Amino acid sequence: MARIALRELCGYRAGDKGDISDVAVFAYDDETYAVIVEQVTAERVRALFGSMVRGDVTRYEAPNVRALNFVLRGALGGGGPKSLRSDNLGKTLGGALVRLEIDVPDEIAARRRPRPDVTWADAILDALPQS
Amino acid sequence: MPDPVRLGGGQGFYGDTPRAVEGLLAEGIDYLCLEALAELTLAILQKDRARDETLGYTRDLPRYLAASLPAVVDGRVKVVTNAGGINPAAAAHAAKETAKALGISGLRIATVLGDDLMTRLGPLHADTTSRLANLDTGEPFEALPAAPLFASAYIGAFPIAEALAQGADIVITGRVADACLFLGPLIHEHGWTRDDWDRLSAGILVGHLLECSGQVAGGNFSGEWWTIPEPWNLPYPIAEVAADGTAVITKPAASGGRVDVDTVRHQLLYEVHDPASYFSPDVVADFTSAQFEDLGSDRVQVSDVRGKPATDTYKALLAYHAGWAGETRVAFSWPDAPEKAKATAAILAKRVEMAGIEVREWCFEYWGVDALGGPTVPPLAPGVEPPECVLRAAWRCDDERTSRAVGRELVPLALSAPPAGLTGMGRGMAGASTELLGLWPTLIDKTLVDPGVTVTVEEI
Repeated sequence: MARIALRELCGYRAGDKGDISDVAVFAYDDETYAVIVEQVTAERVRALFGSMVRGDVTRYEAPNVRALNFVLRGALGGGGPKSLRSDNLGKTLGGALVRLEIDVPDEIAARRRPRPDVTWADAILDALPQS
Repeated sequence: MPDPVRLGGGQGFYGDTPRAVEGLLAEGIDYLCLEALAELTLAILQKDRARDETLGYTRDLPRYLAASLPAVVDGRVKVVTNAGGINPAAAAHAAKETAKALGISGLRIATVLGDDLMTRLGPLHADTTSRLANLDTGEPFEALPAAPLFASAYIGAFPIAEALAQGADIVITGRVADACLFLGPLIHEHGWTRDDWDRLSAGILVGHLLECSGQVAGGNFSGEWWTIPEPWNLPYPIAEVAADGTAVITKPAASGGRVDVDTVRHQLLYEVHDPASYFSPDVVADFTSAQFEDLGSDRVQVSDVRGKPATDTYKALLAYHAGWAGETRVAFSWPDAPEKAKATAAILAKRVEMAGIEVREWCFEYWGVDALGGPTVPPLAPGVEPPECVLRAAWRCDDERTSRAVGRELVPLALSAPPAGLTGMGRGMAGASTELLGLWPTLIDKTLVDPGVTVTVEEI
């Protein structure tokens, strides 16, 4: 068994409705989906966000796309046009959620997703006049 | 009747680029759907309308129309948009002026009205089942902290279908629900009925996938985002929707981006709450019933979507004035950057207090440490220091003058605070102020809204 962060295995996306943040996580195979259904509970997500989320967290399952959707109430400092936060729409909360760690068999841990390779960006940036 | 119908998602928000239109038209679409509204957008439009009552629509509409009207005149495409915001009549006027300036005539422009509830909140409060209670918190309407500034119902797709049936080339609406901009043309072309829940649900799912433009085609994508082809050549999505509701999601071949089951499923769950019961004005869609198949070449087939009967209510959104905010940023470098930032936050707050300036709420963020992740960010390992840290301070006051005064208390700290001298504030310096708006979602009985919904088609 290995303990690894969700970011190693799952995709994520977050959006807003008023003071509610919706954060979805996506598994890439059935085995990983079964693990996150078991381990990534609403309670654990609630605990991860601590004082950032004032209300309840509800979890919904979408097995057709191997995903979980978390609805975080009171999560955006009052909602987009009222919030003082720089991330007033909670767009980065997906990245925050995949910090959560899960225990997985070694063969699932071996499916870690690759790290970004942005050499193409270097090629663009290096050609610019910069000070 | 074309089968399948080709819908293009040419706009994902107010501020998206009208250059999207050219690529979609070149690819060939039957309907150009321009989704311009979000909760935050309505708040922005309210501020416009408060300054000038001829505003209140998304002001990039003329540029979108300038890019599309030649194709509309040629009968190649029709345009459906909720760019009307909180003033669809003004948007329709702007559309006519745009056509006139281009020397275009013979167009039929439809305006859908009836989503604006502002003038009848009193009777609605008395008559609607929810009593305008806050949908999210349950608070009664009496707890609304200030007078409403706008109140709009999220109405459905059938008025759009009606406008198209009356021969409209361009349909301009106010707060029609985002996905319904796409469902409207499908109802019109395929003759879907009001109780055909599975077909309506399929149309809502397609609309939901397309309404955020590039987000279904590799934008904001958390998978292997660095492998998305030509990410600067933005992909605006296309759906080919058959009469049975089966659809293919794709994009113009000449654009960048990627459409596969992974990029599509990321958008499927975006802001939906319960994916098995996604509430729209015309149907309750079950997104968990949908089957996705990768057809290759940036084509994903969506099928088997199931729907449940629509509810008796529309969602509506009210907003109220919630004070004024200001913000500033100061950068600190190693060594001890986070400590310097935190001390400066405290010094600013103390000076504001000493000056007798009343701040209702503060928000201090430490960029480079935990500004975005908050409590989800684990503490740094002992002995590890971030190389730099930016303090972002934001504050809320009752009025704009007070909010500006807070920012001014920061400036003297340039020579009298932890080192080194208010770096990184930018040329704007401290304290530009913004009006804050609080949102109040609620439910309105459809029977109290539908009689007021009108579709007017005018030939120019």
